[in-house]
Amino acid sequence: MSVSSVSLSRLIRETTLQLVFEAKASHIGGALSMVDILAVLYEEVLQIDPRQPQSPERDRFLLSKGHACTSLYSTLAIKGFFDLNELKTYSANGSRLLSHTSHKVPGIELSTGSLGHALSVSCGLALAAKRKRKAFHTFCLVSDGELNEGSNWEGILFAPHHKLNNLTLIVDFNKIQSFGTVEEVLNLDPLTSKFEAFGWNVVDIDGHNHEEIYLALVKAKSSADKPTVIVANTVKGKGVSFMENRLLWHYKSPSQDEYNLALKEIKG
Amino acid sequence: MRTAFINQLIIEARQNPKIFLIVGDLGFSVVEPFAEEFPDRFLNAGIAEQNMTGIAAGLAMEGYTVFTYSIANFPTLRCMEQIRYDVCYHNLDVKIVAVGAGYAYASLGPSHHATEDIGMLRTLPNLTIVSPADPVEARKLTTELCNIPGPAYIRLGKAGEPQIHNDEADIQRGIPVKVLDGKGTAVFSTGSIVKYALDYIAANKKDWALYSFPYLKPLHNESLIEVFNQFENFITIEEHQLNAGFGSLILEKANDLFQAGKIQKFPGIKRIGIEDEFISVAGTQDYIREKAGLLLSKVP
Repeated sequence: MSVSSVSLSRLIRETTLQLVFEAKASHIGGALSMVDILAVLYEEVLQIDPRQPQSPERDRFLLSKGHACTSLYSTLAIKGFFDLNELKTYSANGSRLLSHTSHKVPGIELSTGSLGHALSVSCGLALAAKRKRKAFHTFCLVSDGELNEGSNWEGILFAPHHKLNNLTLIVDFNKIQSFGTVEEVLNLDPLTSKFEAFGWNVVDIDGHNHEEIYLALVKAKSSADKPTVIVANTVKGKGVSFMENRLLWHYKSPSQDEYNLALKEIKG
Repeated sequence: MRTAFINQLIIEARQNPKIFLIVGDLGFSVVEPFAEEFPDRFLNAGIAEQNMTGIAAGLAMEGYTVFTYSIANFPTLRCMEQIRYDVCYHNLDVKIVAVGAGYAYASLGPSHHATEDIGMLRTLPNLTIVSPADPVEARKLTTELCNIPGPAYIRLGKAGEPQIHNDEADIQRGIPVKVLDGKGTAVFSTGSIVKYALDYIAANKKDWALYSFPYLKPLHNESLIEVFNQFENFITIEEHQLNAGFGSLILEKANDLFQAGKIQKFPGIKRIGIEDEFISVAGTQDYIREKAGLLLSKVP
């Protein structure tokens, strides 16, 4: 944990909010719920050089919930993977900043947007590292809603069987999916027990507490023989009081007044 | 064909350390020699084709040339979106191998009839599609796929298909292979049903030419123009739905070449294929083919 990851998270939230407001984009709720995880990953944990985003030794980070890409693009731009000014082109004609995560953008490993894909690809990356005796670690972040997809459970079965201790799955467990709460739509409870039964190291944390996120990620990186899942309990829309825990902000773009208010809250 | 494929893959893997084989818990008595010789480059992903294809994409991102192997529709239709989005969109070096093209697993029923795969897969950008007619084509195409980077699909028959070509047959990317000379009419076919066409033409003393199409994608215009200009009538026969299949591909090509002024006359093309139906009775491959109307006797 460091002060810098906290200040980075504030900057990511501010940048994301501005980007979503200016582009009249959606999915800000799920983008904000994973900001603290991104801040700790990119500030403290991932071994990635923004100037050499394709270095073979880099850690791999795959965002499976591609619709929440605004906070990842913001993080990458702030960290210097590409020019911050490019964020202004988000979703505009001809921009490579598609509104679902695009691998044409420096620092993005895999395009996502259809849910339930990145964990399997992450298993392939982790398996390749094992077979080639490479030291990099693969991190994959999924949403809770996308755990409805059966393909994820194929991967959840696969990773422990092959002792992929170089793979860490992070669940952004904000409890709200596309059309209702997770509990209402397709209940995942008891989620931690499910992962334990499948043979994973399970760490249950507050997904907004930077110290807990940091310790969980560092511990996951040194797991002896199992993959680790970090069930990060988060709040959809975290950081903006009127967006928190509200399904509406899966879709809505802030008005000028809402933007001003949100920005004030984020800046504190 | 599957034996020709695996034997050739082993030969290639001995000289190419990038080759990796993943099976979807299938390949009993076929893939074991590969698994034994290259344990570090073999994986049984279990009965989980979506995950298998995603894993293949991940391995390919790390520099492997990955073959996914299963039967009928399982490595293709079952995981169509992983093929489209993970493999083809990212243009990764993943080769999909399906054994049991058409009605090869006839009596196993429609679950095992691979009769819509060409139609679905040929819409995908970046994907090469090959469809060998005999063990010679299977062997040469396997070598080709090992050496051309990017996504590909190889549609294999089963085992024990007779050899059509001699061992030295020239199989080139995107080009049909002449099997028989003839006059007036040319038969176009692909996959193991080419042998049926060959036998039919001989038995009925037809003066028809016969072309095998090992490549469905890409299919180069130059060689097609030459053949279209050489004959009056054309017959396509395929072990696949007529909708969006091989005959449709030929029709599309003919139309586009005609529109572009590359051929002067629109060729007359009689298409033989499955007429928008499932076959739900048991039987041998020959029986089910006949039941589906895959018969050259339809043409006078």
